[in-house]
Amino acid sequence: MKIELRARSFDPLLEVGFYQSGLGELPGQCGATAIFIGTMRDFNEGEAVHRMMLEHYPGMTERHLQRIVEVAAREWPLLDALVIHRVGDLQPNDPIVLVAVWSAHRAAAFAACRFIMEELKSKAPFWKREETASGPRWVEHNTPG
Amino acid sequence: MTIDVKYFGSLRDRLGRAEDRLDAVGELTVAGVWVALHPETPLPLNTLTAVNMECAEPTQTVRDGDEVAFFPPVTGG
Repeated sequence: MKIELRARSFDPLLEVGFYQSGLGELPGQCGATAIFIGTMRDFNEGEAVHRMMLEHYPGMTERHLQRIVEVAAREWPLLDALVIHRVGDLQPNDPIVLVAVWSAHRAAAFAACRFIMEELKSKAPFWKREETASGPRWVEHNTPG
Repeated sequence: MTIDVKYFGSLRDRLGRAEDRLDAVGELTVAGVWVALHPETPLPLNTLTAVNMECAEPTQTVRDGDEVAFFPPVTGG
Protein backbone atom coordinates (compact mmCIF):
# COMPACT_ATOMS: atom_id res chain seq x y z
CA MET A 1 0.00 0.00 0.00
CA LYS A 2 1.28 3.43 -0.83
CA ILE A 3 -0.10 6.88 -0.09
CA GLU A 4 1.57 9.94 -1.49
CA LEU A 5 0.99 13.67 -1.80
CA ARG A 6 2.55 15.36 -4.81
CA ALA A 7 3.38 19.02 -5.19
CA ARG A 8 3.97 18.67 -8.94
CA SER A 9 2.00 17.34 -11.88
CA PHE A 10 2.16 13.57 -12.40
CA ASP A 11 1.12 10.99 -14.98
CA PRO A 12 -1.30 8.58 -13.26
CA LEU A 13 -1.00 5.77 -15.81
CA LEU A 14 2.78 5.83 -15.67
CA GLU A 15 2.53 5.74 -11.89
CA VAL A 16 0.27 2.68 -12.00
CA GLY A 17 2.60 0.88 -14.40
CA PHE A 18 5.67 1.75 -12.38
CA TYR A 19 4.09 0.70 -9.11
CA GLN A 20 2.72 -2.52 -10.55
CA SER A 21 6.09 -3.48 -11.95
CA GLY A 22 7.45 -3.43 -8.39
CA LEU A 23 4.80 -5.74 -7.00
CA GLY A 24 6.77 -8.94 -7.46
CA GLU A 25 4.56 -12.05 -7.50
CA LEU A 26 1.31 -10.14 -7.58
CA PRO A 27 0.55 -10.61 -11.30
CA GLY A 28 -0.22 -14.32 -10.78
CA GLN A 29 -2.79 -13.63 -8.04
CA CYS A 30 -4.28 -10.47 -9.40
CA GLY A 31 -7.33 -10.75 -11.62
CA ALA A 32 -8.56 -7.18 -11.35
CA THR A 33 -7.07 -3.71 -11.24
CA ALA A 34 -9.48 -0.80 -10.75
CA ILE A 35 -8.19 2.69 -11.41
CA PHE A 36 -9.84 6.04 -10.77
CA ILE A 37 -8.23 9.24 -12.00
CA GLY A 38 -9.67 12.60 -11.01
CA THR A 39 -8.73 15.46 -13.32
CA MET A 40 -9.17 19.21 -12.95
CA ARG A 41 -12.04 20.59 -15.06
CA ASP A 42 -11.94 24.02 -16.68
CA PHE A 43 -15.41 24.79 -15.32
CA ASN A 44 -17.24 24.49 -12.02
CA GLU A 45 -20.67 25.65 -10.92
CA GLY A 46 -21.28 27.47 -14.20
CA GLU A 47 -18.04 29.40 -14.32
CA ALA A 48 -14.75 28.95 -16.18
CA VAL A 49 -11.86 28.00 -13.88
CA HIS A 50 -8.34 28.96 -14.95
CA ARG A 51 -6.28 27.66 -12.04
CA MET A 52 -6.74 25.92 -8.76
CA MET A 53 -4.84 25.71 -5.50
CA LEU A 54 -5.19 22.59 -3.36
CA GLU A 55 -4.48 23.19 0.29
CA HIS A 56 -4.02 20.37 2.80
CA TYR A 57 -3.24 19.81 6.46
CA PRO A 58 0.26 18.30 6.49
CA GLY A 59 0.28 15.26 8.72
CA MET A 60 -3.47 14.92 9.13
CA THR A 61 -4.10 14.50 5.40
CA GLU A 62 -1.60 11.64 5.04
CA ARG A 63 -2.86 10.00 8.22
CA HIS A 64 -6.46 10.03 7.04
CA LEU A 65 -5.65 8.79 3.56
CA GLN A 66 -3.71 5.92 5.12
CA ARG A 67 -6.62 5.09 7.39
CA ILE A 68 -9.13 5.11 4.52
CA VAL A 69 -7.00 2.62 2.59
CA GLU A 70 -6.60 0.45 5.70
CA VAL A 71 -10.37 0.36 6.19
CA ALA A 72 -10.83 -0.67 2.54
CA ALA A 73 -8.23 -3.41 2.96
CA ARG A 74 -10.16 -4.81 5.93
CA GLU A 75 -13.47 -4.66 4.06
CA TRP A 76 -12.32 -6.21 0.78
CA PRO A 77 -9.59 -8.75 -0.09
CA LEU A 78 -7.16 -6.30 -1.67
CA LEU A 79 -3.74 -7.33 -2.88
CA ASP A 80 -2.48 -3.77 -2.98
CA ALA A 81 -3.50 -0.13 -3.32
CA LEU A 82 -1.92 3.09 -4.52
CA VAL A 83 -3.23 6.59 -3.80
CA ILE A 84 -1.55 9.73 -5.12
CA HIS A 85 -3.11 13.15 -4.51
CA ARG A 86 -1.93 16.53 -5.75
CA VAL A 87 -1.41 19.55 -3.56
CA GLY A 88 -0.40 23.07 -4.56
CA ASP A 89 -1.14 24.84 -7.83
CA LEU A 90 -3.01 23.03 -10.62
CA GLN A 91 -4.18 23.88 -14.12
CA PRO A 92 -7.14 22.44 -16.05
CA ASN A 93 -6.50 18.89 -17.23
CA ASP A 94 -3.94 18.24 -14.49
CA PRO A 95 -4.58 14.97 -12.65
CA ILE A 96 -5.73 15.64 -9.09
CA VAL A 97 -6.01 12.16 -7.66
CA LEU A 98 -5.17 8.58 -8.55
CA VAL A 99 -6.71 5.61 -6.75
CA ALA A 100 -5.61 2.17 -7.96
CA VAL A 101 -6.48 -1.12 -6.28
CA TRP A 102 -5.47 -4.66 -7.09
CA SER A 103 -7.56 -7.68 -6.17
CA ALA A 104 -8.25 -11.23 -7.32
CA HIS A 105 -11.73 -10.32 -8.59
CA ARG A 106 -13.41 -7.26 -10.08
CA ALA A 107 -16.17 -6.87 -7.49
CA ALA A 108 -13.69 -6.14 -4.71
CA ALA A 109 -11.53 -3.97 -6.96
CA PHE A 110 -14.43 -1.80 -8.16
CA ALA A 111 -15.99 -1.52 -4.71
CA ALA A 112 -12.77 -0.70 -2.88
CA CYS A 113 -11.70 1.85 -5.48
CA ARG A 114 -15.08 3.59 -5.22
CA PHE A 115 -15.01 3.44 -1.42
CA ILE A 116 -11.53 4.94 -1.16
CA MET A 117 -12.46 7.74 -3.55
CA GLU A 118 -15.74 8.63 -1.82
CA GLU A 119 -14.16 8.50 1.64
CA LEU A 120 -11.27 10.64 0.44
CA LYS A 121 -13.66 13.26 -0.89
CA SER A 122 -15.73 13.42 2.26
CA LYS A 123 -13.06 12.97 4.95
CA ALA A 124 -9.51 13.79 3.84
CA PRO A 125 -8.54 17.36 4.71
CA PHE A 126 -8.06 19.08 1.36
CA TRP A 127 -9.49 22.44 0.30
CA LYS A 128 -9.78 23.78 -3.25
CA ARG A 129 -9.48 27.45 -4.17
CA GLU A 130 -10.38 28.21 -7.77
CA GLU A 131 -9.24 31.15 -9.86
CA THR A 132 -12.11 32.36 -12.04
CA ALA A 133 -12.73 35.39 -14.25
CA SER A 134 -14.52 37.03 -11.33
CA GLY A 135 -11.65 36.33 -8.91
CA PRO A 136 -10.63 33.58 -6.51
CA ARG A 137 -13.21 31.52 -4.64
CA TRP A 138 -13.08 28.58 -2.24
CA VAL A 139 -15.03 25.53 -3.27
CA GLU A 140 -17.72 25.12 -0.61
CA HIS A 141 -18.82 21.56 -1.26
CA ASN A 142 -18.13 18.56 -3.46
CA THR A 143 -20.14 17.66 -6.54
CA PRO A 144 -22.58 14.78 -5.88
CA GLY A 145 -20.58 12.27 -7.89
CA MET B 1 -1.25 25.55 29.22
CA THR B 2 -0.31 26.26 25.64
CA ILE B 3 -2.45 25.29 22.65
CA ASP B 4 -1.26 25.53 19.06
CA VAL B 5 -4.09 26.50 16.75
CA LYS B 6 -4.26 26.10 12.97
CA TYR B 7 -6.72 27.39 10.38
CA PHE B 8 -7.25 26.12 6.87
CA GLY B 9 -9.07 26.96 3.65
CA SER B 10 -11.52 29.85 3.52
CA LEU B 11 -11.34 30.22 7.30
CA ARG B 12 -7.60 30.90 7.13
CA ASP B 13 -8.25 33.49 4.41
CA ARG B 14 -11.00 35.14 6.41
CA LEU B 15 -8.88 35.38 9.56
CA GLY B 16 -5.82 36.51 7.63
CA ARG B 17 -3.50 34.02 9.34
CA ALA B 18 -2.80 30.31 9.44
CA GLU B 19 -1.87 29.87 13.11
CA ASP B 20 -2.34 31.14 16.61
CA ARG B 21 -0.90 30.16 19.95
CA LEU B 22 -3.12 30.30 23.00
CA ASP B 23 -1.84 30.48 26.56
CA ALA B 24 -4.66 29.67 28.94
CA VAL B 25 -5.39 28.42 32.43
CA GLY B 26 -8.13 26.07 33.58
CA GLU B 27 -10.23 23.60 31.63
CA LEU B 28 -10.91 24.48 28.04
CA THR B 29 -12.88 22.86 25.22
CA VAL B 30 -12.23 23.13 21.48
CA ALA B 31 -15.06 25.66 21.24
CA GLY B 32 -13.54 27.49 24.20
CA VAL B 33 -10.25 27.80 22.34
CA TRP B 34 -12.07 29.58 19.53
CA VAL B 35 -13.89 31.92 21.91
CA ALA B 36 -10.67 32.78 23.72
CA LEU B 37 -8.96 33.72 20.45
CA HIS B 38 -11.93 35.26 18.63
CA PRO B 39 -14.27 36.70 21.26
CA GLU B 40 -15.94 38.93 18.67
CA THR B 41 -16.45 36.25 16.00
CA PRO B 42 -18.81 33.30 16.43
CA LEU B 43 -17.43 30.02 15.10
CA PRO B 44 -18.87 29.73 11.56
CA LEU B 45 -21.65 27.11 11.53
CA ASN B 46 -20.09 24.66 9.10
CA THR B 47 -16.66 24.70 10.73
CA LEU B 48 -15.02 21.32 11.43
CA THR B 49 -12.55 20.84 14.25
CA ALA B 50 -9.64 18.53 14.98
CA VAL B 51 -7.42 17.89 17.97
CA ASN B 52 -3.95 16.50 17.29
CA MET B 53 -5.02 15.75 13.71
CA GLU B 54 -8.05 13.69 14.71
CA CYS B 55 -11.58 14.92 14.10
CA ALA B 56 -13.07 16.29 17.31
CA GLU B 57 -16.33 17.69 18.63
CA PRO B 58 -16.35 21.32 19.79
CA THR B 59 -17.13 20.01 23.27
CA GLN B 60 -13.90 17.99 23.51
CA THR B 61 -11.54 19.10 26.26
CA VAL B 62 -8.06 20.14 25.22
CA ARG B 63 -4.81 19.55 27.06
CA ASP B 64 -1.52 21.36 27.33
CA GLY B 65 0.45 20.97 24.11
CA ASP B 66 -2.53 19.98 21.97
CA GLU B 67 -2.80 21.13 18.38
CA VAL B 68 -6.32 22.33 17.60
CA ALA B 69 -7.45 22.96 14.02
CA PHE B 70 -10.48 24.77 12.61
CA PHE B 71 -11.45 24.33 8.98
CA PRO B 72 -14.40 24.36 6.53
CA PRO B 73 -15.86 21.20 4.94
CA VAL B 74 -13.24 19.35 2.92
CA THR B 75 -13.25 19.45 -0.89
CA GLY B 76 -10.45 17.18 -2.11
CA GLY B 77 -10.39 14.56 -4.83
